[in-house]
Amino acid sequence: MSFLALLLTLIFVLIPLILSKTLRLGLEKDTLIATVRSIIQLFAVGYVLQFIFESENMLYIFLMVTLMIGAATQNARKKGASIKGITWKLVLTFVVIEVLTQGILLGLQITPPTAQYIIPLSGMVIGNSMVLGILFLNRFTSEVASRREETELILSLGGTPKQAIQKSLLASIKASTIPTIESQKTIGLVQLPGMMSGQIIAGADPLKAVMFQLLILFLLLTTAIVTSIMLGFLSYPTKFTERMQMIE
Amino acid sequence: MEKQQAAIYLNSVTYRAGEKEILHEITGTFAKGKITSVIGPSGAGKTTLFRLCNGLLSPDSGRIQIDGRDILSLDPISLRRQVGIVLQQATMLEGSVRDNLALPLQLAGEDLSEEEAARIVQEVGLDTDILDRDSKSLSGGQKQKVSIARTLLNRPQILLLDEITSSLDRVSKQDIEKLILQINREYGTTVIWITHNLEQAKAVADQVWVMMTGEVVEAGTADLLDHPEKEAVKQFVKEEEA
Ligand SMILES: Nc1ncnc2c1ncn2[C@@H]1O[C@H](COP(=O)(O)OP(=O)(O)OP(=O)(O)O)[C@@H](O)[C@H]1O
Ligand SMILES: [Mg+2]
Repeated sequence: MSFLALLLTLIFVLIPLILSKTLRLGLEKDTLIATVRSIIQLFAVGYVLQFIFESENMLYIFLMVTLMIGAATQNARKKGASIKGITWKLVLTFVVIEVLTQGILLGLQITPPTAQYIIPLSGMVIGNSMVLGILFLNRFTSEVASRREETELILSLGGTPKQAIQKSLLASIKASTIPTIESQKTIGLVQLPGMMSGQIIAGADPLKAVMFQLLILFLLLTTAIVTSIMLGFLSYPTKFTERMQMIE
Repeated sequence: MEKQQAAIYLNSVTYRAGEKEILHEITGTFAKGKITSVIGPSGAGKTTLFRLCNGLLSPDSGRIQIDGRDILSLDPISLRRQVGIVLQQATMLEGSVRDNLALPLQLAGEDLSEEEAARIVQEVGLDTDILDRDSKSLSGGQKQKVSIARTLLNRPQILLLDEITSSLDRVSKQDIEKLILQINREYGTTVIWITHNLEQAKAVADQVWVMMTGEVVEAGTADLLDHPEKEAVKQFVKEEEA
């Protein structure tokens, strides 16, 4: 794509601006901010990636992944504000997911150990893990609240905190993992996954693009279930005191 | 001397929820092997007192002894089995009545035998057919009976019953009264129960505690309700009897 072509794509920004103005939707300011931010952020990432790809230095890859984990933690921790030590629990979860998935990918030589593979795949895994983490934390908070009486009943009869919260825990793990599984059932039927579309447009062989897309889908299944299970088992003890009492 | 005969001994127990003081320096004993009725208006702190004795809550200050031992020195799980509680809401878990009855044993890694299940439902005055019913389909009274049976399966030495007869009809109420007396006599279980019914409180108790706004205002033998000392208690008795 030429620079002129890119400039011309700004027409797609002008259309909403004009429509918003004439219909007084008041979306002009946000549209402009979004446009400017996406241009700056994506070009910045592009240049950084270009730099890292050319240098092929593992240290830069490591820094990039660390940055991703930091940003994901920052985003997800707000949802878990009621859980003590949520920050390090999220960090631990993201690190385990990253090490686990890259360990398998690189260890079995499924993908080559280059920045070109490690960075985008890590980005997808950590990004999805973050979304899953937020989903899980939302669900867990509401499950615990709605099953309060049940949890207390089990405690009152001499159950451990784990026995008392088991139903809430399993229900939230299940509920947060289901969308990932469900979305994979219809994938390709309604719309092509974004990354696959991008690859095809960039000139890749469609079947190769499909193979990569499958790799990512399977990767995300592991990401989803490991994230919610890990966060679940790290979080539930914070709902109880040392004397096995429920915390508000 | 008195302390040694106490199933539960409370010493200046205060409990707060946030800023609000819910129990204020409660001191007293629940005599071992006896039945005590706890009465008092709604919001007096009766349920909170029970939850402290079963270890679901801990006091902010003051001490509680169970059978002469500081509650904090007891493992929470064995404490809760020793001091059984039947909660006011009679919460049922999803599943059949049998599943609900099996819960306390399951939590300890055991199974509920068919004979034991049949025996316990009959003991609380239910038919054995009820075992296969969906617990959510039970009436309020049936739920209360099932939840008593469920707690009894832990064979507690001390039994705390929180308004377990509130949804029961007259006949069932009498059944439960008999059951309380029977458990107390047969197993020597210390029973402490909260009731809103003064007749019941007098009929089925050796002792009575009257609680108001987080304090024990009068405590003594059951006949204290016939001639209370405090003006507030007189007033309460009059209103309840009306
Ligand atoms: N966790 C809590 N946070 C705030 N207030 C609470 C909490 N638990 C209990 N309370 C308040 O403490 C007071 C005593 O409650 P409690 O349930 O012990 O009363 P009760 O004597 O059992 O009343 P009832 O006869 O209605 O069951 C009430 O005013 C209640 O609103
Ligand atoms: Mg109550």
